[in-house]
Amino acid sequence: MDYAPLLLLLFAFTLAIFLGFELISKVPSQLHTPLMSGSNAISGITIVGALLALSEWEPALAKGVGFVAVVLAMINVVGGYVVTDRMLGMFKKKEKGGPQG
Amino acid sequence: MSAWINLLYIISSILFIFGIKKLGSAETARRGNALSAVGMTLAIVATLLYLGLEWWMVMLGMALGSAIGYAAATRVAMTGMPEMVALFNGFGGLASLLVGGAEWVKLRDGGWVHYLEGLKAQSGVAVPAWFACVAIGLTILVGGITFTGSLVAYGKLSGKLGGKPVLFAGQQVVNGVMLAVAMACLGGLVAGGDGPIALGAGLILIGLSLGIGVMMTIPIGGGDMPVVISLLNSLSGVAAALAGFIILNNVLVVAGCLVGASGIILTVIMCKAMNRTLGNVLFGGFGASTQGGGEVEGEMKPATTEDAYYVLEAAQSVVFIPGYGMAVAQAQHAVKELAALLEDHGAEVRFAIHPVAGRMPGHMNVLLAEADVPYEQLQEMDAVNAVMPTVDVAIVIGANDVVNPAALNDPACPIFGMPIIHAHEARTVYCLKRGKGAGFSGLENALFFKENTRMLYGDAKQTITDLVTQFKD
Repeated sequence: MDYAPLLLLLFAFTLAIFLGFELISKVPSQLHTPLMSGSNAISGITIVGALLALSEWEPALAKGVGFVAVVLAMINVVGGYVVTDRMLGMFKKKEKGGPQG
Repeated sequence: MSAWINLLYIISSILFIFGIKKLGSAETARRGNALSAVGMTLAIVATLLYLGLEWWMVMLGMALGSAIGYAAATRVAMTGMPEMVALFNGFGGLASLLVGGAEWVKLRDGGWVHYLEGLKAQSGVAVPAWFACVAIGLTILVGGITFTGSLVAYGKLSGKLGGKPVLFAGQQVVNGVMLAVAMACLGGLVAGGDGPIALGAGLILIGLSLGIGVMMTIPIGGGDMPVVISLLNSLSGVAAALAGFIILNNVLVVAGCLVGASGIILTVIMCKAMNRTLGNVLFGGFGASTQGGGEVEGEMKPATTEDAYYVLEAAQSVVFIPGYGMAVAQAQHAVKELAALLEDHGAEVRFAIHPVAGRMPGHMNVLLAEADVPYEQLQEMDAVNAVMPTVDVAIVIGANDVVNPAALNDPACPIFGMPIIHAHEARTVYCLKRGKGAGFSGLENALFFKENTRMLYGDAKQTITDLVTQFKD
């Protein structure tokens, strides 16, 4: 058994953890909700796995389970991105309001 | 073909990384979210380049999911945002569980050798059988916990389930046993290969993962929800990353990991804001520990909106301190109107936001942004505390623990040590509250009994609207 490709995957896994910590270590609290729902949308990446379960030659049960997974992951992806965009749309700087004391 | 697909996966990973990075700053956040959506689209398109997909299922599934997701996301009111995010998160977890399940079905149907060969043909990576099994088992476990945990959180946030912590004797023992049996099932899944023992172990594992998710979330009360929501968010990423280890897919591993790490960071920030450890939040059963402390002297002094109006009219600086009560009363628009009127009267207006105010991280910021409050006025706890002694009026709207001075000076108080907004240092404090009696956590709030505090009882939205009317007359 050649473990090298597998170790490469573990390597990517480890680096991604550190990258994640570095990327998000200082986010203003105002952005906590969009960050959460935006990253929640990214976790819908599992759609890739769901799609790959839908190969023609796979057993019907696997395809059925995969199909449900595709629907759910897609809800997660589309819903997550749209909700985040809606929220961030409200965070625009506003010029109105009374004179600043 | 596989090389091209993987190249696209790398590009999509880069887009995710830039997207998350840009989400960290107000100026670039929207573009960041769009970038990450492009990355997702690319990853999906790349996956569709694999030959032999069942096209009608692919198209139908994606169309159905997109339609439901889009409809839900555009229709939800901003006040319903916490439960919506929880629900989406749960769907992501269940999707990962099902990905694990589908792979498991393939493995059982065609046998080991055939399955591993197929995997190698698809990904170019050869793995030992035990590795695939461990990955499938862990994906099912974490995906299931994410799913039911998020569902319970959804129930609590939307008010369909009671917000109170559910505790019973021996809870820890039950949890420990469930986890131990789950681990044994994982062992059975690996050792049993594609035989009947593995089938039983796998099915029990699915059931247990769903059960653990429920058990993990029911003992957690409403005030601790921001911690749990962040943690579940992290777990959904971990589940995706684990699914990536089953099908040996880089983009799943990288993207899932990024989400997992960001969720953990948020979780830690939330815990710090409450001066508690994660273990304490998950297993502490906050509501159960409220005996002791809370010896409060003095009495609560009610006031009318007329009194408040005269004080506010003369005020030079006003700080609003919103909490979950503002979300419940949907008072954010009225609050914004009052803030604008106060500014017209020459007062300096600030909003002091506690990191754990509300039911999810940043909850108050979203609500106030919806009401068009300029985000420059929203200030973090430390910034406001520094100027609090110079503030004329602090208006506490449905916030409780986050302004309880007992956290500063009463070691017997269950929330002692939690950083709070120093509302009590303002010259006058008005607390908007639905009625007398201890708040959600069951804890008396020492602030309500202070010499300089006045209570405005009633619905927060109504109270604020009354004040607005008086300013206009």
